Amino acid sequence: MGKIINREDVIHISNLAEMDYGSDEIDEMTLQLDKIIEHVAKISEVDTGNVSPTSHVLDISNVLREDEPRQSVEPEEALKNAPESSADGFKIPKID
Amino acid sequence: MEDNTKNLENSNNSERIGNAEEECFETIIGLETHVELSTRTKMFCGCRLSFGEKPNSNTCPVCLGHPGSLPVVNKKAVEYAMKIALALNCRINKHTIFHRKNYFYPDMTKNYQISQFNLPIGIGGYVDVNMGDYTRRVGITRVHMEEDAGKLVHSGTTGRISEADYSIGDFNRAGTPLIEIVTEPEIKSPLEAKQYMITLRNILLYLDVSDCSMEEGSLRCDANISVKLKDSEKLGTRAEIKNLNSFKFIQKALEFEVSRHISVINSGKKVIQQTRHYDDKTQSTKALRSKEEAHDYRYFPDPDLVPIDIDESWIEKIRDSIPELPNQKEKRYRDKFGLSDYDSSLLSGDFGISDYFEKALKAYDANPKGICNWLMGDFSAFLNKDQISINDSKIRPEHLAGLVKLIDDGKISSKIAKSVFEEMYFKGSDPDEIIKEKGLEQISDEGELESIVEEAIKNNPDAVSQYRAGKVKAIGFIVGQVMQKTKGKANPALVNEIIIKKLS
Repeated sequence: MGKIINREDVIHISNLAEMDYGSDEIDEMTLQLDKIIEHVAKISEVDTGNVSPTSHVLDISNVLREDEPRQSVEPEEALKNAPESSADGFKIPKID
Repeated sequence: MEDNTKNLENSNNSERIGNAEEECFETIIGLETHVELSTRTKMFCGCRLSFGEKPNSNTCPVCLGHPGSLPVVNKKAVEYAMKIALALNCRINKHTIFHRKNYFYPDMTKNYQISQFNLPIGIGGYVDVNMGDYTRRVGITRVHMEEDAGKLVHSGTTGRISEADYSIGDFNRAGTPLIEIVTEPEIKSPLEAKQYMITLRNILLYLDVSDCSMEEGSLRCDANISVKLKDSEKLGTRAEIKNLNSFKFIQKALEFEVSRHISVINSGKKVIQQTRHYDDKTQSTKALRSKEEAHDYRYFPDPDLVPIDIDESWIEKIRDSIPELPNQKEKRYRDKFGLSDYDSSLLSGDFGISDYFEKALKAYDANPKGICNWLMGDFSAFLNKDQISINDSKIRPEHLAGLVKLIDDGKISSKIAKSVFEEMYFKGSDPDEIIKEKGLEQISDEGELESIVEEAIKNNPDAVSQYRAGKVKAIGFIVGQVMQKTKGKANPALVNEIIIKKLS
């Protein structure tokens, strides 16, 4: 159905993203994503043979810090925003 | 990945395959080693590295993955990574960047790990592994920087994920600078894999970039192994064994895998590409449950981190900071000190022992061979018996050197030295003080020895006449008498001399 990506691609990507979609939603998203990608694909018309890949939009490098400790937060503070926690740490739902 | 089964069928000689011995097969192993660096702070934030501290006491918005927090690279960690890459004979990528490796697992706070992908800091090196009668050169594909994950403790009595209702996350370890060292698939046996790890660990200890504690998980490795028929062109299907954290486990897990692969191939079945886990209780590996998409990490450059450009002068500065490495040490011990190949390789092959040896030499450098003999002989025997490392011994390097000097100066006999050594080993005392305290100093006073020798000659007429009749060995008996009388303290060479003089 999509020109560039198909249903299977979208199902695969939503699985990777741990997203659960219904069949109708998958169809709708396949069409929408296809349009978006088609639009963005215009950029591949540009000849980039002599351009080195951009890894960062800013033209700076070597932003480094010295190996000096800084104050960490208190454990209570660290756990404050956790949906669930105990004195030992973040409480994580059953992993399957 | 292709499988051997097809080749088996094509060979149309199932009987030969059925009886195939291990020699018909070739094992190919590649190792991925993770090393936690011993920097003071984490890779991307200023939280201290810690072990065994209160859970989540060394965390901050960056290593907890809070939205809006920004990572900043630890310069020291980059320099340690360069040091490792250079020591492993790698080329340094002068333009190196970080990527995000995306996956979901609750030991990661951000749902991605910051790692390196196509532009790792080091590429194309090698390590020479001494296998005794040959050297295996193992190619190093890449050395890259990344961050460690947090720790999960699973509830329930068994600690198994499958039986736990929930897990508890401690993120003190999250963000610890981690270096991954990947070899080419050039290791040919489980024993070579183990020796490679021993060699690598030793180099890392010399570099002083990690405590390399396998028990605490600062050094751990994953192994990829495949087995194929020797005459087959196609590589075997590989299995990956995760998280091997001792030299013994590396060898045992891989040995188990070799026979497992061979029996699968022999039975005409297909080896399945999978991730496995080694269980030392059963001394076998088991397949881990894994999702099909688990390896689709969708790497992309981390937009929060700018590239690192490394110029020649920075590389040279780091190269200059690399100390003498084990293979150079081995050569110096052999060429300069005249130690045997065996001794040189054992001394340099263990950072703790070689460090101890060097410290002892600083105190007394006239007899390296003498110090080496103690280290390789009695000292090792005592340490082995007590199952402790040389660093945990009570004997200080300068005291061991002192003991050798006492023997060299003729102050104590080698027999007395053994009992002095024991005293040093158990009490950690200075050998000079031990011999003073116990009156063990060798008697080298000619006048004093002469009278004892005269007495021994008088009391042993049989030995004297035997000696005079031409039986030179009889002199040993008289020396023995003198040694007994002096409780082993007489200088045996001098005693010998005096007896000959008296009897001639």
